[in-house]
Amino acid sequence: MEAGALAPRGDSGALGLQGSSRGRLADPAFRWFLTILAALILALIVFFFVFLINKASPAISKFGVFGFTFSNNWDVSRNIYGAWPLLVGTIITSTVALVIGVPIAIATALYVSELCPPRVRPPLTMLLELLAAVPSVVYGLWGVFFLIPKLRPAEQWVSDTFGFLPFIGGPVAGPNYFIAGLILAIMILPIVSAISREVISTVPAELKEASLALGATRWEMIRMSVLPYSRAGIVGATMLGLGRAVGETIAVTLVIGNAPTIGKQLFDQGYTLAAVIANEFGEAANNKLHSAALIAAGLVLFVLTLVINGLARYIVMRGDRLRNISPTQAEIGMPTAAPLMGQGLTE
Amino acid sequence: MSSGSGPVALASTSGRRRRTDRVMRIVLLALTLVALVPLVLVIVRLLGSGLKALSWKFFTTDPTGSFLGDPGGIKSAILGTVEIIAVASAVSIPIGIGVALYLVEYGRTSRFASVVRYFVDVLTGVPSIVFGLFVYAALVVTKVGGSGFAGWKGALAVALLMLPVVTRSAEVVLLLVPGGLREAALALGAPRWKVVARVVLPTAAPGLITGSLLAIARGAGETAPLLFTAAIVQGTTYNLNGRMNSLPAQIFADVGQAQDRLVTRAWGAAVTLVTMILILNIVARLYARRSRLS
Repeated sequence: MEAGALAPRGDSGALGLQGSSRGRLADPAFRWFLTILAALILALIVFFFVFLINKASPAISKFGVFGFTFSNNWDVSRNIYGAWPLLVGTIITSTVALVIGVPIAIATALYVSELCPPRVRPPLTMLLELLAAVPSVVYGLWGVFFLIPKLRPAEQWVSDTFGFLPFIGGPVAGPNYFIAGLILAIMILPIVSAISREVISTVPAELKEASLALGATRWEMIRMSVLPYSRAGIVGATMLGLGRAVGETIAVTLVIGNAPTIGKQLFDQGYTLAAVIANEFGEAANNKLHSAALIAAGLVLFVLTLVINGLARYIVMRGDRLRNISPTQAEIGMPTAAPLMGQGLTE
Repeated sequence: MSSGSGPVALASTSGRRRRTDRVMRIVLLALTLVALVPLVLVIVRLLGSGLKALSWKFFTTDPTGSFLGDPGGIKSAILGTVEIIAVASAVSIPIGIGVALYLVEYGRTSRFASVVRYFVDVLTGVPSIVFGLFVYAALVVTKVGGSGFAGWKGALAVALLMLPVVTRSAEVVLLLVPGGLREAALALGAPRWKVVARVVLPTAAPGLITGSLLAIARGAGETAPLLFTAAIVQGTTYNLNGRMNSLPAQIFADVGQAQDRLVTRAWGAAVTLVTMILILNIVARLYARRSRLS
């Protein structure tokens, strides 16, 4: 039943692309169908937000927004919930992840796009993307049975030798903030690297050639042409990595020790917002206040990632020259399309 | 490199600058290699500890739940993952491509379209555990459908986190379909929906498949939302309204056990899961290469 066959000029084209009365009726219907689908996403997120707030309200009304977020007391046995130790744990592990992961990620992006031989580039890029293909729970498994036992002597040495520094020194716990941060660093590396590569690839060749023509070495070209031009984008990439680190759950749950207190030093056990939800939702099922507190913790996490991602996107997109880069694109690792984004085929 | 004496005499590169250049190149290369160290370590350990767990029996028996005796295999976890991912894909891929079609074909640069785009980006950034929490509070606690934990609820949580990935990748691919093709079809008098169905979608198909497979690969490895929604069980089930096992949840459950045989099963399940995800990634990339648009 080709729609085209109903039209008077039904003899044409194998594709049957000609219009017909049925087609003219179907067109607005199609349009509205797609628009409603799109509107569904908005409705979903609004519902999502309102629903979580509603479910978290017993905890929020009991402890207050500030009392819940900033009081250092998460005590399930006494039914008191202050998320500050969790928030601190999230901040510490994410900071460690950024400090370790971001310089390496930027170095890989620079090496891949500016220095490595063209033949090595595709396999190297693929290997870096493979890092993102390993699921969170597998990193957790590896962390528990490889990283924790293997790194412990080294951590103890650092703790003994650099004990004079703040937040270092004392006995090393097996699972701790540092291990969690290290695993997060590995997990955010591919994203930060991919977005940085995208950003670096937008640096105009003329700028780079101009430096080289003036006698700059490769490194000077990177330092004076590439980095200044892509700074905003790299900062944005870092923020998106931070957003990922803050919300990462399972790997962290397995290696952070799950102690709802603020550790005194880097190698102490701790807890994060995401980990507490994963661990305690089971026992919370029969305790209204506890589950409300966990949902409130999820809400704090949600707002935190919302702010971080919003900032990241604002930074990456700012300025005309970066408009063509969609951070999400590199984030989800679409291989083909990204370099062609700027060609404006539909403009 | 530029120490020549052409018509314009360039300053020759001093030894110090050349040394800095050499050192920085080596530093960047070294850091790149450092980035690959964890990948190598993870793969070596996975193969080392995981391969010995694999056997025909491992794939064809359910976990027994026995702590000291034979722990059983991972059949229910593999089938559960496949079922959950199938349902999640059936929900998220059509909706995601539909939204992308709206953005590219109709919305374009309108205010509504940019709001939708922004919200899709917001969804991308939401941690997977928050999706799990949402589905848990909305569907599991309230026992929608008669049971608490259920496979379809897990699938829904996974679909939520696949949705933005599908949408954004589809949008980029659809944008690459040459405007000339659309205009040619429209000039023949084709209605818009037919242009989409007969010209835009077939042209973009390989790219759409790539994006969808990458989304599936992302969804397949997620643990956090499943713990809350599909839970962990031992037996294989084809009842989407019942508790359903999955590979990530099985691994998570086994890691916490102080029992070597359970930990070995976790490694075996991890090898299986990573292999599945790698195959999805490789197939996705093959389709990407086939795409006429790239």
